[in-house]
Amino acid sequence: MQRYIVMRVGQSVVALIILSMIIFALGRFTGDPIILLLPQEASLETELALRAHYGLDQPWPIQYWKFISNAVQFEFGDSIKSKRPVMDLIGPKVMNSLRLGLAGMVITLIIGIPLGVLAAVKRDTFFDGGAKLIAILGQSLPQFWVGIMLIQFFTVQLDLLPAAGTGGITHYIMPAFTLGWWVAAAVMRLLRSSMLDALDGEYIKMARIKGLPEYKIVWKHTFKNALIPVLTFAGTYLATFITGAILVETVFAWPGLGRLVYDSIIWRDFPTLQTLVMMIAVVVITVNLAVDIAYAYIDPRIRYD
Amino acid sequence: MATTTTTLARRPAFLERSRQAAENLRRAPLIPLFIIIVVVFTATFAPLLTPHSTTTPSLADRLTPPVWQEGGSWEHPLGTDALGRDLATRLMYGGRVSMMVAIFTLAIGGGIGTAIGLVSGYFGGRIDAVFMRSADSTLAFPIILFAILLVVAVGPNLANVVIAIALVLWARYARVIRGEVLALRERDFIARARVSGCSHLRIVLFHLFPNTVNTLLVLLTLQVGWVIIVEASLSFLGAGIPPPTPAWGSMVSDGREYVDTAWWVSAIPGLAIMLTVVAFNLFGDWLRDTLDPKLRQV
Repeated sequence: MQRYIVMRVGQSVVALIILSMIIFALGRFTGDPIILLLPQEASLETELALRAHYGLDQPWPIQYWKFISNAVQFEFGDSIKSKRPVMDLIGPKVMNSLRLGLAGMVITLIIGIPLGVLAAVKRDTFFDGGAKLIAILGQSLPQFWVGIMLIQFFTVQLDLLPAAGTGGITHYIMPAFTLGWWVAAAVMRLLRSSMLDALDGEYIKMARIKGLPEYKIVWKHTFKNALIPVLTFAGTYLATFITGAILVETVFAWPGLGRLVYDSIIWRDFPTLQTLVMMIAVVVITVNLAVDIAYAYIDPRIRYD
Repeated sequence: MATTTTTLARRPAFLERSRQAAENLRRAPLIPLFIIIVVVFTATFAPLLTPHSTTTPSLADRLTPPVWQEGGSWEHPLGTDALGRDLATRLMYGGRVSMMVAIFTLAIGGGIGTAIGLVSGYFGGRIDAVFMRSADSTLAFPIILFAILLVVAVGPNLANVVIAIALVLWARYARVIRGEVLALRERDFIARARVSGCSHLRIVLFHLFPNTVNTLLVLLTLQVGWVIIVEASLSFLGAGIPPPTPAWGSMVSDGREYVDTAWWVSAIPGLAIMLTVVAFNLFGDWLRDTLDPKLRQV
């Protein structure tokens, strides 16, 4: 077990190092920053001096080392768009994104779990069909388009909900729904099939023979076991949430990190973007690591070699 | 009566197979197939099917509604966008972009993924461990971010979008094909091929690979929809195919400012994305149930 954890942590570190190398290499592709900074008539000496000042005359491995040691201290340079340090831009937006993400997760749970259980328990009925339809649409509808259509209907036609920005609770409804629905469809599909597997188990037959009430069989005996395969994909859901947040925050002009990603595309703002990608990567890799380790404790059937 | 039952029960195997084939064909999803044919046909022959240009603005016609709405005309059956460009025309050319991205990414990503899956599954050991850990890390990363990073660093164009999506796509193929190979490897015919002196390369290419083709076909079809959505999302964010080339994602984005006056500008391209993706997914589901039912669990 301990060996497994050490190995898993090592893998995460390697993944982070590879990612930082890719980002560093891509940064070199964005063009020579010195050419942008220098006036046209600058002499060769000024150019060399400026290169030395930014450390660009050093060999690549040393530049990479500087990049990493700055990154560890949250020094990612200045944003091209606003000329301010990137961390100043990101700081105030973190909470906004977290709040929206949490609201989306709530939506995912209140749609995905009951529907997944219902579809399995009432297999091949109207509910199952409805759940299947939602799953197919969840796979096929582009999130950004769903957002625009919701604005079209609830803001333009009915004038019920605000189309953009933050504010009261009503501002959360449409973005959270758009964000949560995709993952809800995935959770539902997976929960349905693992519920069906679990309902087939001998211990369920035993519970029935004992005469347990049906709700206890479903929620206590089946659901708990069916949840394990669903939780395995927690890392994948997080990735889907982050992708979704970029699209949803763009559509609903939500002042969060996703919107910042969009702005940095429009402004070709590589320093901001590389910081965001680095931060998100750290979060994703840490969560995946935590899930795997927690899993190792929860499910004794998993072997670690 | 009794004789008929016995003959039925003893039906020859080839008749049973052809009955099964007929049954599968009967269940073929006709509507999805029809949608796929329409999209591929209009994308391929777009220049012959429309008199309009995709890029020339015509401000006199701007925001003409579709033909069924008041003010619409058969001149522009699906209406026009804010620059007066015909939406039906742009939709057909946009389909070209989607199809091209899908074909290239699936060929590159699927090809590399399959190769890695074959090697990883056949040789096992350390190579296998390294490849599979990388596949898992790739699958757990929000890939769109990576594509965006690449596109912002190098600049948006078709080739970069293809590279970015293919860089992520390989992982699923590698995983599934590897699983397939792990099971095949233990079968007798592989041991016999080895005994009869086949090289490793020959075994992988001529004995293992042909046995994974069904799975590969199913996986390819099921992922067309996913690739279309990713490409559309990138184009929507301005990190895909740059304007004025029409792409479905950027067309939806174009319509955002006009949700209150001209609903069709973003509704119609979005509908095209949805229908195409649903069609490919349903067709892929059918293909899976027909060719490779065990993939269902994946």
